[in-house]
Amino acid sequence: MHVVTSEIIEFNEPLKLRSGAVLAAYHLAIETYGRLNALRSNAVLVCHALNASHHVAGVTEEGETGWWDNMVGPGKPLDTERFFVIGVNNLGSCFGSSGPASINPETKKPYGADFPLVTVEDWVDVQARLLDRLGIDRLACVIGGSLGGMQALAWSMAYPERVAACVAIASTAKLSAQNIAFNDVARQAILTDPEFHGGHYYDYGVVPSRGLRVARMIGHITYLSGDDMAEKFGRARSGTDLQYGYGVDFEIESYLRYQGEKFSRYFDANTYLLITKALDYFDPAAAFEGDLSRALANTRARFLIVSFTTDWRFAPAQSRAIVKALLDAKRPVTYAEIDAPHGHDAFLLDDLRYHNTVRSYFAGLRRELNL
Amino acid sequence: MARLLRSDLALVANWVAPGSAVLDLGCGDGALLAFLQEEKGCRCVGVELDADNFLASMDNGVEVIQQNLEEGLAMFADHSFDCVLQLQSLQMVQHTEAMLQEIGRIAREGIVTFPNFGHWTHRLAILKGRMPVSKSLPYQWYNSPNLRFSTIEDIKALARASGFDIVECIALHEGREIAMMPNLFGSLAMLRLARHAPLQAQR
Repeated sequence: MHVVTSEIIEFNEPLKLRSGAVLAAYHLAIETYGRLNALRSNAVLVCHALNASHHVAGVTEEGETGWWDNMVGPGKPLDTERFFVIGVNNLGSCFGSSGPASINPETKKPYGADFPLVTVEDWVDVQARLLDRLGIDRLACVIGGSLGGMQALAWSMAYPERVAACVAIASTAKLSAQNIAFNDVARQAILTDPEFHGGHYYDYGVVPSRGLRVARMIGHITYLSGDDMAEKFGRARSGTDLQYGYGVDFEIESYLRYQGEKFSRYFDANTYLLITKALDYFDPAAAFEGDLSRALANTRARFLIVSFTTDWRFAPAQSRAIVKALLDAKRPVTYAEIDAPHGHDAFLLDDLRYHNTVRSYFAGLRRELNL
Repeated sequence: MARLLRSDLALVANWVAPGSAVLDLGCGDGALLAFLQEEKGCRCVGVELDADNFLASMDNGVEVIQQNLEEGLAMFADHSFDCVLQLQSLQMVQHTEAMLQEIGRIAREGIVTFPNFGHWTHRLAILKGRMPVSKSLPYQWYNSPNLRFSTIEDIKALARASGFDIVECIALHEGREIAMMPNLFGSLAMLRLARHAPLQAQR
């Protein structure tokens, strides 16, 4: 197995954010796979979702496999023997790029709650600066699932000349009230944890891990389909007898607690808050009186939109709304609605029809761009 | 690369104006749309539910929307295409009349092809007391994907009632055009329709 290593790229040009705040300097953690061709025309940017990172594919020296290793790699649907693939950890995240846990040069202490909120469009601006640095004018493709799909869409609108193809999987052009509600419950779990200390918990040497655990448990429920959960866990007991107490009686409780516990050990609470807000704020149609087709009218990319039938977090109807807006704007779009049992998580899992769809799309892109 | 088409598809392709925007409902493997794109400069979109056909359409370089036609065509705006094709799938749709009206809402022109239930072999089968099974209707009555059975005259009448002029009607049998008594000797009917009534605000 190919061992991958990440790089840190420093930026010293001030960055004005949508909130009005300015970051004087920041750095990004990135990984790349494959080789940039002589024309610099085969680059694919992979945008990550809430809890992922720049480590998209391959295995690190520590033995960690990338979050989309089943999709990206030599001979895989996004074939790194043909494409130069870039993974970047978003600003405000906690896997190596500048974020709330980074040291604020002004105070010499972690930013904590002082790290500014960033939006999906801010991320895209930062990614564009990264491409400038890498000497890439135009992406063959920008691709992402869930929140990553939002970034892909934002790319097509913000930098139409710089994107040949845009792939948004299990994504949406705006969160529903229900989505925002789930996010806020998760945020409240963190914000009300006594160890949160207004976001400056680093100064106290603690982490609001109870809040993070609950936030992750809520999130995790929404990533699975009801049927999937019923099939995997049903009412299976973790022990033989009911305890008549508030401990763990059912397998699903044990599973969710384990997931929450694991998450709280590696994820930063401020990052969770920041990223869920970026999700909530994303609404490119808002600047066009809610008309998404007008927002997409100036795009120059061709689009692949993919949804999964049992995804109720970012339901097929939300993907269909994007497809309709693209059709209304007479933009080229292909839409796959994959019949898959695994809910929102399906975008990360092995599914032959899903992977074949992505494989076919990139094969078409190679024909179109002569790669 | 020049593409070759089946004879009925080649006839359909002849009816499509170069450079027009074409929507194909049930586009199969996308071969016709690929031909229209490459040879006639058309802007094409296909609709296909079947996963294998969907992939085949992608591999043919066609933009394709995976959707069940029975769920309606709300995805497609009024007058958003020049021509809508529905080739050998109209008989599989439950609401035939509504589908024809939708075609008229989306485009000025429609091209539909379908098996002719009035073909003499089918009539003969009924006379003998059994439902027909033939090349154009290759299913048993109990496992057929076809929900609607009509003759050429039936579909012409419905098309007129749905606001279309019938510009051309060709009957084929085994790939050849049938000029004499088409409703009796044609097994496949091809209709070229033009919306005559302006779109009404009744919807």
